[in-house]
Amino acid sequence: MAVLRPFDKLPALNSAVLLLVSSDEGLQQKLAEAILREKKNFKINIHLATSLPLPSERDHLRPRIDMIVFMIDIKSKYSLKNVEASLAYVDASFFLGKVCFLVTGVGRVNCCSIEMNAIWKLGEIYSSPVLFCELEMEGIRVATAQRLLRMLQICAGHIPGVSALSFGSLMRSSAND
Amino acid sequence: MESVDGAVRTLPSIGRLSRGLLFGGVHGRVGLSPSSRLLPPAPPSQENVDSQKTTFLLRKQWTLYSVTPLYRFSDTHLKDYARLLSAFIAAEKQKGLAVEIGVELGIKVAISSLPDLRGSDRDQAAILVQLSSRSPASPKNSEEKVIWSGWFCSVSGDDFSENVPEDFTCLPLFLANGAESYTSIVGSWFQKTFDCCFRRLAISPLNLSWMAAMWTGCKVDKTASAMELVFSVPHLPQPLDISYAIHPEDAKALWDTVQKTPGEITQEEVDVFMDCLYSHFHRHFKIRLSATKLVKVSTAIASAHCDGIIKFLQSQYLTGVLMLLTELAISQIQ
Repeated sequence: MAVLRPFDKLPALNSAVLLLVSSDEGLQQKLAEAILREKKNFKINIHLATSLPLPSERDHLRPRIDMIVFMIDIKSKYSLKNVEASLAYVDASFFLGKVCFLVTGVGRVNCCSIEMNAIWKLGEIYSSPVLFCELEMEGIRVATAQRLLRMLQICAGHIPGVSALSFGSLMRSSAND
Repeated sequence: MESVDGAVRTLPSIGRLSRGLLFGGVHGRVGLSPSSRLLPPAPPSQENVDSQKTTFLLRKQWTLYSVTPLYRFSDTHLKDYARLLSAFIAAEKQKGLAVEIGVELGIKVAISSLPDLRGSDRDQAAILVQLSSRSPASPKNSEEKVIWSGWFCSVSGDDFSENVPEDFTCLPLFLANGAESYTSIVGSWFQKTFDCCFRRLAISPLNLSWMAAMWTGCKVDKTASAMELVFSVPHLPQPLDISYAIHPEDAKALWDTVQKTPGEITQEEVDVFMDCLYSHFHRHFKIRLSATKLVKVSTAIASAHCDGIIKFLQSQYLTGVLMLLTELAISQIQ
């Protein structure tokens, strides 16, 4: 079983690794490009996967993953099923602030194929933040990229005094208001 | 997050409608849907429904709109409204020329009330607008032909109507059949006269799957036609539609194994039902329908398209279908 663990490898100096899991490769690619275009003072490494588990044969070459973003498209029920199935291959300690659910297609309620309660429940069960966006719109894509980049910095330990866990709890308490 | 698990709708016949939580919980966020719904009421006995008056609504394609509450509308003035509307249509048809109210024109307007179409006594009676024309060749003797019809209705929408100020009438659902140019003329007259706003009512794939499940469970006397689901595949250079037809008895048998409490449907049951159909399809064709968009559902009860087009096929389930559509229209207005 190739369960992903957050701390089983040593971190590389001044770099951060992001894993994007999405069944829609087009949107995933676009988001990754938007993140890479942002200005940053550290090395960023983005891994793309359609689902988990990741292939185990290349595991020794893979760097330590600092944050996992699961992408859900509200227009595709399959994207939610895919994420739900993939979550089984993530170690519990990842959910201490290093996982986030990114819901795209927001604002297209008429095309919605997913019940929103299911998404809220997912965020609650895995105690991870749920972010809403529309990746097909340039402006929102850029803003989302900046947001994820900032979270990645925290998860990789680049921000002194803020840990992934404290940031996660901060997000949760503001979402409950 | 608040829980909406308690949102259950009771049948109108039981008495008070309890839908208070229906729009709570995720309100103001993305999309809202109740976690459970009650089935359309069982077909009422023959004496209750004068099916003659509603049969003309069947087997026609109706385009759905949501309408905000009408200001100072009164169903005692329907004749006057018809006169004014007919003058308005004439004015629109011959823009720039003066028109006299009440003069014989090519198009006749009739506005009447359809008291059968409501869920309970607290609902406003449905209002029917019909435009008919007589052929100009033989103006007196020839039969009038209905060229456009539209109706406003509210079935079990009283939870919403109780919360609007006094002078407003709630008829949140509008259905139109006929040329779109007439829809826009009639719509703009209502908009100007009663200060309301019309909006196309699209049906999301999620709500279509609700309809598929709800209508599968309904009993139909005659040998029913097949249940058909149409899916469109996204992200392709050319549009590709997949049609999935299921024998109604098979669909019913599957639904009966899924549904736990008779008379009530939960979101979970709808999901399980659709997932069963999807996995069956996947086993045969290796295509994941869950990754596509459900665009059309047709059953023996009715057929609905995601663009907001509906066709009613069974008069005894008319109010049941309208109840769900009223709910969707209200959630679009709110």
